[in-house]
Amino acid sequence: MELKQLYREIVNEHNLHPVHKGKMENPDLVLRGVNPSCGDDITLQLKIKDGVIVEGLYDGSGCAISQASVDMMVDQIVGKSKEDAIKLAGTFMGMIKGEVTDEESLEALDEAVALQDVAHMPARVKCAVLGWHTMQEMLEHPEKAQG
Amino acid sequence: MSNLGDFRKDFDQLNSGDYVYFDNAATSQRPRQVLEAVSNFYKTANANPLRGLYDWSMAATDAYENSRAVVADFIGASRAEEIIFTRNTTESLNLVAYSYGLENVHEGDEIVISVMEHHSNMLPWQMVAKKNNAKLVFMEPLEDGTITEQEYKSKITDKTKIVAIGHVSNVMGVTNPVKEIAEYAHSKGAIVVVDGAQSAPHMKVDVKDLGADFFALSGHKMLAPMGIGALYGRYELLEQMQPFLRGGEMIEYVTREDATYAEIPHKFEAGTVNAGDAVGLAEAIKYIQNVGFDAIEAQEQKLTTMLMEGLAKLPYIKVYGSKDPKKHCGIVTFTMDGVHPHDMASILNDDHICVRAGHHCAQPLMQFIGAGSTARASVYFYNTESEVERFLDKLSKVREVMGYGA
Repeated sequence: MELKQLYREIVNEHNLHPVHKGKMENPDLVLRGVNPSCGDDITLQLKIKDGVIVEGLYDGSGCAISQASVDMMVDQIVGKSKEDAIKLAGTFMGMIKGEVTDEESLEALDEAVALQDVAHMPARVKCAVLGWHTMQEMLEHPEKAQG
Repeated sequence: MSNLGDFRKDFDQLNSGDYVYFDNAATSQRPRQVLEAVSNFYKTANANPLRGLYDWSMAATDAYENSRAVVADFIGASRAEEIIFTRNTTESLNLVAYSYGLENVHEGDEIVISVMEHHSNMLPWQMVAKKNNAKLVFMEPLEDGTITEQEYKSKITDKTKIVAIGHVSNVMGVTNPVKEIAEYAHSKGAIVVVDGAQSAPHMKVDVKDLGADFFALSGHKMLAPMGIGALYGRYELLEQMQPFLRGGEMIEYVTREDATYAEIPHKFEAGTVNAGDAVGLAEAIKYIQNVGFDAIEAQEQKLTTMLMEGLAKLPYIKVYGSKDPKKHCGIVTFTMDGVHPHDMASILNDDHICVRAGHHCAQPLMQFIGAGSTARASVYFYNTESEVERFLDKLSKVREVMGYGA
């Protein structure tokens, strides 16, 4: 997808009208993710019940790609088991690194597939993966993510 | 006055497509003459300089030492030995911090810098202060970037041992009152270190007139190759300093336990030197002198004025620093309401326009001006009015791409 088209058709909607942005009361896991070089700064908050992510919100600021990516991510992971969410993060990061390209794997990412072309924008890779990396980190190392 | 259009023909990359290069404060482009001078060195004078006793090595030595003399003359040093070749401004400033700072700043002493410093003129002094239990004191500018007389006189005291100051801020573009600050610092017994990375490419520098005890510059910001820079140091100070790096080509006599060091400047140039790029730096200086600082400043001011007038017409743009284009040294830093600078830079890149976005290696300044990140357009003499027009046109369309209506 052409860059301006990517912004117009996908990124702007999530950036300007995020669905999952806000502060959560009593989250089970909270982790801040920062890209020091550009100032993207998000705090991801999750509620977990019986190993399943039942609620997710993020707060913070940053470039449109970082914000849209995390908004799409929360869309995808609510209702999934921790294991499935971690696997999905692997698929997303693989896609952005250009390592995962087969349609079958990418289908699992649903709308977030739209960010595939960020793979051709090395300067923006960190923006796109910030939320996913933070989610993976907090699920794999919950001891770092105690609210 | 020179015809600047003719000079632009020497820059192959600028003429290779339809890119507008407005990131000159990060690094400049290089003219063919500089690249040929480097290439000629390796084709005709290639041997290890400073030690061989044969013709080729002597030719390499001559080329290298002649380049030193060119740099010395360019910034008004009294003798060539006062110029030490380094990789860049960062290395030059670290050399001063390690070899002068650590030895001469003691517990309870103070080092004064400004909050506008590039990290390369901040982190070395943080290191010296921490290691020797000294205090790092920050001068703060007004909103337009001015460091007032009252400000520097309140921060520089009898406790101050070093004042380290950027000649021109890489974010605000403001030229600091280095001469006045140096005079006051000297009256308090401090020495003055000047980061000249952003001034040397754009204005005539005279280290003696400025009162700089040390002056650092980067070749790559002034048409020379990456990886060559210089440090000017006052002869008496360099003589009493210990080497920064130790090894080959910087010794006088070595035993198993001890060594005496070569005379300056070679004491500070351990290992095989970057003679090829030193030759490139000398050629770059000749090129700049041929263009002339009057013509360089006139063109930069014309373009900066156009830039700032154009940006002022866009109500959602905020420009940092002085309202006067003459006080920007070709650097215009700005933000756009609702649009992160990285999105802006990506969208401009889609239109083949190169600007910098981020914190510009000046995070404490970003905190001070209350911007997490900014965009920066910086011009040099080879940029043109039509490039400014194209930049302003494309910039005015960024908000639409970002979903803010037409």
